[in-house]
Amino acid sequence: MKKPLGASQLVAVLLVAGLVLLPLYSQLTGNVFVLTMFTRIVILALAAASLNLIMGYGGMMSFGHAAYLGIGGYAVGMLAQEGIGSGFIQFPVALAASAIYALVIGSLSLRTRGVYFIMITLAFAQMAYYIASGLARYGGDDGLTIYKRSDFAGLINLSNRVQFYYLCLACLLGVVFLIWRIVNSRFGLVVQGLRSNEQRMQAIGFPARRYRLVCFVISGTMCGLAGALLADNTDFVSPAVMYWTRSGDLMVMVILGGMGTLFGPVLGAVVYLLLEELLSEVTEYWALIMGPLLLLIVLFGRGGIMGLLGRSWRD
Amino acid sequence: MLLVVEQILNGLQFGLLLFLLAAGLTLVFGIMDLVNLAHGSLYMMGAYFAATFVAWTGSFVLGALLALGATLLLGVVLEFAALRHLYGRDHLDHVLATFGLILFFNEAVRLIWGPAGLPLPLPDWLAVPVPILPGFHYPAYRLAIIVVALAVALLLYLGVMRTRVGMLIRAGASNREMIGALGININLLYTLVFGLGAALAGLAGLMQAPILTVQIGMGENILILAFVVIVIGGIGSIRGAFLAAILVGLIDTLGRAFLPNLLRQVLSSASASTAAPALSSMLIYLLMAMVLVVRPEGLFPATRR
Repeated sequence: MKKPLGASQLVAVLLVAGLVLLPLYSQLTGNVFVLTMFTRIVILALAAASLNLIMGYGGMMSFGHAAYLGIGGYAVGMLAQEGIGSGFIQFPVALAASAIYALVIGSLSLRTRGVYFIMITLAFAQMAYYIASGLARYGGDDGLTIYKRSDFAGLINLSNRVQFYYLCLACLLGVVFLIWRIVNSRFGLVVQGLRSNEQRMQAIGFPARRYRLVCFVISGTMCGLAGALLADNTDFVSPAVMYWTRSGDLMVMVILGGMGTLFGPVLGAVVYLLLEELLSEVTEYWALIMGPLLLLIVLFGRGGIMGLLGRSWRD
Repeated sequence: MLLVVEQILNGLQFGLLLFLLAAGLTLVFGIMDLVNLAHGSLYMMGAYFAATFVAWTGSFVLGALLALGATLLLGVVLEFAALRHLYGRDHLDHVLATFGLILFFNEAVRLIWGPAGLPLPLPDWLAVPVPILPGFHYPAYRLAIIVVALAVALLLYLGVMRTRVGMLIRAGASNREMIGALGININLLYTLVFGLGAALAGLAGLMQAPILTVQIGMGENILILAFVVIVIGGIGSIRGAFLAAILVGLIDTLGRAFLPNLLRQVLSSASASTAAPALSSMLIYLLMAMVLVVRPEGLFPATRR
């Protein structure tokens, strides 16, 4: 950790500074759209950062992380539907529901390894998707419109764009800080040790599955927070947020930015979503460019953007 | 009773289709150790090729054969241009790269064929019901799917177990460095296997096309099912894929057909009709979760490395 400020750290600092100053830019230029867009980006960056905790540091390739976006979102949406508008109830419920879901599927999935783990997490997420599609009372396939955003008793007004943006950004930075603390704690070191050499760690006497499970639950809970924020942001939640391609998007963000780096997923989310936005402005067929681009990144850009930066600095 | 027979046949037909898709997936995984999410795109391309060629030639069989060849060619090109460079890389890289390919194929199809789906009409001789039991008719086309898929499964079995190429494929699955060292052109073998897998996916796609419509993203849902199949069957095992595909096909079809009535016996009819569709969609995922919890390597794990 006691290294001189490298290119990747510099980019991380610039990234955070840019995100903090964005509302100012939006105010000055009167460009409201950019703030709306970045609110979404920040929320998905939060989801990507939570995925990175298990994928990058824990070596657990979850292909079902979008399920938490849905669970967090539905917790907010369903409570709002039932007339409970207070964010002080909605958000804790969203987090608790995500944690419980993570605990259940984690304790089952973590019995498997490698591709089997990728597939079983995917299967559970698909199950969550179909459950949500079957919730006729809450819109089923069509999704659920949230008529009133979470109410935080005047403490913060979510309908105010700037306030909501800063809430999301604070959550993102808080989660990244938390991940940083976790990764450098004894617990985090054990989890990373398990990624490198499970047998050896078990021989020393660490209960592998229990450590992984706790890490898995923490990550899921963080992503549930992103889900709750996302639902408030779009005023809408539907099974589509849990669809497997959404989980794929999150994985892409993490890998694009740099797996196992603190700010990589945040950078990945910003770049991925901005690219999507820019390409879709250039051409309707943006995915035609995005697809091969991903392929090229995998083929030539090992370690994602953060990896590239690290290399160029050393060269 | 006849309804049960019909649904069992439907389940068998669906299961065999799944097997065609899963066989390619499990071959590619077992031999090249490649997770190919774009397999569903090949399925979709098979259907689009078929719709185009059938309209062009005016003959269903000829069009289907051309489409099969085109998908095989596409698979070979894809392997040569992109996927070849992914062998030996991390599974996560595979997931990401082939995820990119899905985006590409979906968009390419939208560009070439337009966003609306295509119809693939059946010829008259396949569109009639045939009597198979006294008083029981079954669509000729669905029967044809069962026959063709069973024949392909048999050919695949004979090809892999009884021919020289099949021997090399099995050898490559158990130890790829060794057969390379023995002087086998492993790159050619890989390209061949991938092309074969692509053709099987294309076949599944073009056979399913007349039942559903040909549309963008049609390969994605079924791809997930195919993954469920190979995970249940044990990755790399063709026999496992076959049995698991039939199992998944039957459970999915029978679940959708009979679960609503079954639930109505225990629940009120309103809550049963809302819960049933979700529950029957979940059945196979539930099955997979149970299998993985009990046997984390699938039902018939292939012995590799």
